[in-house]
Amino acid sequence: MTEPLRFHYDVDGENFSSAGEASVALKQNLRKLGYSPEVIRKVSIAMYEGEINMVIHANGGVADVEITDDRITIILADKGPGIADVELAMQEGFSTARDNIRALGFGAGMGLPNMKKYTDDMKIDTEVGVGTTITMVVLL
Amino acid sequence: MKISEIQRLLDAEVLCGGESLENEVSSACCSDMMSDVLAYVKDQGVLLTGLLNTQVIRTAAMMDMVCIVMVRGKMPTAEMVALAKESGIVMMHTKLRAYEACGRLYHAGLGRGEV
Repeated sequence: MTEPLRFHYDVDGENFSSAGEASVALKQNLRKLGYSPEVIRKVSIAMYEGEINMVIHANGGVADVEITDDRITIILADKGPGIADVELAMQEGFSTARDNIRALGFGAGMGLPNMKKYTDDMKIDTEVGVGTTITMVVLL
Repeated sequence: MKISEIQRLLDAEVLCGGESLENEVSSACCSDMMSDVLAYVKDQGVLLTGLLNTQVIRTAAMMDMVCIVMVRGKMPTAEMVALAKESGIVMMHTKLRAYEACGRLYHAGLGRGEV
C-alpha cells in the first residue's frame, strides 16, 4: 500500500466566475498521474457539480481529495445553510436555487443526483444552520 | 465531421483554437442549461449554446468537449476566450439562432451521439 496522495482546494464563494477552478486543477493533476479518461471525467464532473453547489448555496468551502490504490475520495465541506430534506434534494429537478442562478445556466436540480450518478458511493452529512459535508468515492 | 466544416456550415467566426479546425467530431449537443449538459451529455464533442459566462467553458472542459459554438450572435468576453484557449477548446460564434444552427449541422450528418 503506497502512501495516499492528497490534494486540498479552497473554493471561493464570492465569485461565481471563478467557480470550477478547483475542479480544473484536480483534473490536470489526475491527467498528469495518468488515470483513464473515464475515471478523470467521473471525478471531474462530481467535483465540479459539488463546487458549483458550494458557491451557489454555501458561500464556498473546502475540497479535499485523497487518492489510494483502489479509490479516489472527494470530501467537500462547507459552513452553509445545510440541507433541510436530503431525500427531496436528491430528486432530479428539485432545486432551491434562485432565478439569478438559473440565468447563469445552473440550478436545474441535477447537481446532487448527478454527483451520485458519476460516483460509486456518496454520503451526505448535513445539519441545518451548521453546514454540509459530502463524501464521494470513485473506485479505480 | 471536421470542425472547419462546422465553421463553414454555420458561417461562423473562429475566436480561438484555429489550429484545431482539422480535428474530427462525431456528435454535438445544444443547451443553455449547463446543469443539463453535465447530466445528460455523453461524449458529444461540440456544445452549441447562447449562454454567456465562464462556466460554459468549464462545463465543456469537464465533459472533454473540443468545440463551443456561441449562437444568436453572442460575443464571448475576452476572459471566456482566454479560458477556452487555455483549455484547448475551439470557440466560434455564429449569427444563427440555436434551432437553425443545430438543424444545419444535423442535416449535414453531425449526429447527436449516444444519449
